[in-house]
Amino acid sequence: MFGWEFPPHITGGLGTACYGLTKGLLKKNVEIIFVVPKAYGDEDTRSARLINASDFTINFNDNIFQEYWKRITYLEIGSNLIPYVGPEEFSRLTSQAELEATTWKKNIVAEKFEFSGRYGKNLFDEVSRYALVGSAIAASNTFDVIHAHDWLTYPAGIASKSVSGKPLIVHIHATEFDRSGENINPDVYEIERKGMEVADKVITVSNLTRNIVIEKYGINPDKVFTVHNAVEKAADKPEIIENKRYIQEKIVTFLGRITFQKGPDYFVEAANKVLMKDKNVRFVMAGKGDMLNKMIRRVAQLRISQKFHFTGFLEGDDVDRMFALSDVYVMPSVSEPFGISPLEAMRSNVPVVISKQSGVSEVLNHALKVDFWDIDALADSIYGLIHYPALKKTFLKWGKEEINNLKWENAAEKVLEIYQDATS
Amino acid sequence: MRSICFYFQVHQPFRLRTYRFFDIGADHNYYDEYQNRHIIRRVAKKCYLPTNQVLLDLIKEYGTAFKVSFSISGVALEQFKMYIPEVIDSFKRLADTGCVEFLAETYSHSLSALKSKDEFNRQVQKQKQMITDLFGQHPTTFRNTELIYSDKIGEMVAEMGFKTMLTEGAKHVLGWKSPNYMYCNNINPKLKLLLKNFQLSDDIAFRFSQQSWPEWPLTTEKFVGWLNQIEPNQETVNLFMDYETFGEHQWAETGIFNFMKALPGQVFANSNFTFNTPSELAKNLQPVSAINVPYPCSWADEERDLTAWLGNDLQDEAFDALYAIEEKLKGCTDENLLRDWLYLQTSDHFYYMCTKWFSDGDVHKYFNPYGTPYEAFINYMNVLSDFLIRVENCCKSPQTPLENEIAEQKPTIKKPVVKKKVAKKTTPKKEPASKKKAVPVTKSGKK
Repeated sequence: MFGWEFPPHITGGLGTACYGLTKGLLKKNVEIIFVVPKAYGDEDTRSARLINASDFTINFNDNIFQEYWKRITYLEIGSNLIPYVGPEEFSRLTSQAELEATTWKKNIVAEKFEFSGRYGKNLFDEVSRYALVGSAIAASNTFDVIHAHDWLTYPAGIASKSVSGKPLIVHIHATEFDRSGENINPDVYEIERKGMEVADKVITVSNLTRNIVIEKYGINPDKVFTVHNAVEKAADKPEIIENKRYIQEKIVTFLGRITFQKGPDYFVEAANKVLMKDKNVRFVMAGKGDMLNKMIRRVAQLRISQKFHFTGFLEGDDVDRMFALSDVYVMPSVSEPFGISPLEAMRSNVPVVISKQSGVSEVLNHALKVDFWDIDALADSIYGLIHYPALKKTFLKWGKEEINNLKWENAAEKVLEIYQDATS
Repeated sequence: MRSICFYFQVHQPFRLRTYRFFDIGADHNYYDEYQNRHIIRRVAKKCYLPTNQVLLDLIKEYGTAFKVSFSISGVALEQFKMYIPEVIDSFKRLADTGCVEFLAETYSHSLSALKSKDEFNRQVQKQKQMITDLFGQHPTTFRNTELIYSDKIGEMVAEMGFKTMLTEGAKHVLGWKSPNYMYCNNINPKLKLLLKNFQLSDDIAFRFSQQSWPEWPLTTEKFVGWLNQIEPNQETVNLFMDYETFGEHQWAETGIFNFMKALPGQVFANSNFTFNTPSELAKNLQPVSAINVPYPCSWADEERDLTAWLGNDLQDEAFDALYAIEEKLKGCTDENLLRDWLYLQTSDHFYYMCTKWFSDGDVHKYFNPYGTPYEAFINYMNVLSDFLIRVENCCKSPQTPLENEIAEQKPTIKKPVVKKKVAKKTTPKKEPASKKKAVPVTKSGKK
């Protein structure tokens, strides 16, 4: 399997999805070689390295799972590839890192990445290098299928297929259309399209995405399958749930990458509308991204900074803490292939408002759904959930049940079927 | 006979610690004590103490011929008391020489002059008192935070009884006029104004160690030569700068201390300049004209206006939000809240939110604990949110004494057991006493 990231170093949904899927497959006795890019320092001259399962510092309370790790081989390829970053952004970041002598500052608000000077400054060069090393790994290992997640890995998948002759399955977690609206980068589009063409099977995370694949990439519908993402069972953290609540107002949360795709600007405008009616609510935008500074400025311009807070990127327990404090979770995504975060919110007993333009709206009944551009509807839904307790109660009751049925085992089952189909 | 007027600013803010959203409502401790202590001790050792010693030595050598002036913000004085008291002793020794004038400013180095006359007055009185208590002087000269000045501000300062005020000799204020004269405020001409000669001041404060500067290295001979080139009828050269120039902004290796040590000697030997304090100049010089400053100017950055602290959305919102709390604090007596109210007004907090980073970026970044102005803004607003919650909880009490009594009556009236006592109450003034009586009654009542 070729991926971008894996726990504990997760910055977005893709890592979470890979983790869930991997766990599900491991439970079904599938052995996995998982390959990710990681920037090493200059002293490490290997092109790929094997990470022991014991080196994983995953703090999930998953003791039963420890034995499954024996079935996974985890390889890191030395590379500057970082997830969720397009070509222009990448070259800006690498040149910036060059100027600042590649020091990495852990900062919850600003974007800083660990870059190694040994690797490429051009994203496509890095993708090609990843492919090269990936195909070398393919040549020296035995396996039955190749599974590549999102466009950065497709060239690696294609190269591995030609080297080994094994079937290739590409997994679409997001397309260029989701990320960039109409201003797609043609090179990225081409890589995506080629990956889907060459693949034997294409998996999409929702019907929404499946339609995009068929219509915008011209792929034969017979080889495109939808496997919806799922959500992990809640980790048991009573000390967080029982934490005393110091803020009296209701809290409405947006948690995700602050970028065009996620519609943070609609959240800000809706927050403004709600605050005009009701001062007894606080809004929180948790996360970081290329639009963060713009959002901060807009909030200051609207003069709502007293009730609108930014927490920066939240990791680990802080995420649970944030959910525990929230009364409403909002995901106003412009185009969301799936969207795991509302499921995580529901798991923490938070009712959700999601955009209709998301994959997760296909599987959820017990959530308020609005069009992402409809700020009035968004404000209305938020207001309703805060003020009408019956609404919240209903969603929580039925929502819990709904997400309990969204298991990674089910998704893994479907993926396994697709594997078997491809290898027959 | 012409004058050199040295004025040095001494200030350190109470910097905020990293205060997160989760802390709001839960944690009321806002300040980064470790950082603040570390910085002030460092600056004291590199700058305040050694430079004070240089000045003391010069005063010993030249007697009353050598004079300088200072302003020290109240928050800096508090930090000296807390973290490095020998600095205060060092300044006391300077005060005792009689050759050093201490000016008044706002207690927490704040921008209150721009927002609230009451708060401005209050802070200045507090500062004046502290200067009198520590150094035995009664300041008659005033300088506002970062030399911010406008006609209106000058008017307020004159009303408070000050004779002289310092400000920036900015080009957009003076036009073709020279800063080397005494001026006055155009609303109240009784207030005399001394304007900073930014060319010569910044030569020492900023350009001193820049090797790319054509005039580097700056020797005292060269400097005095420039002084002599000034037209003979221009009366004063006002050299106003941050005290940290000596040892912090310009490190000892640049020779800044040697420059200062040699300067008086050079001046006395090769020119007809003397060293004077602002109040001496106020006595000796008459204003040549009033100056018009309808919009505030300052000594900050290239623009010499308010854009270092205000003007972008972040700064404006934070500033407005802060002063919106002033009304709620009226009648509040909680010491901690009043202290935090002072510290949160320090201009530095807004300075860190400035988004014009380029040519002046270095100075802004020097002691800036934040990586970006956005972090500064988020952090400050989080602290402000918690502060506001505390203010609203504490100061719900009404203002007049009568209202206070009524408020105190209310709980006793509500308690059913105490209602028996209420009927017997005749004089409201016995409130506290009757309340005390109420406690044993309820106990026995329940029995």
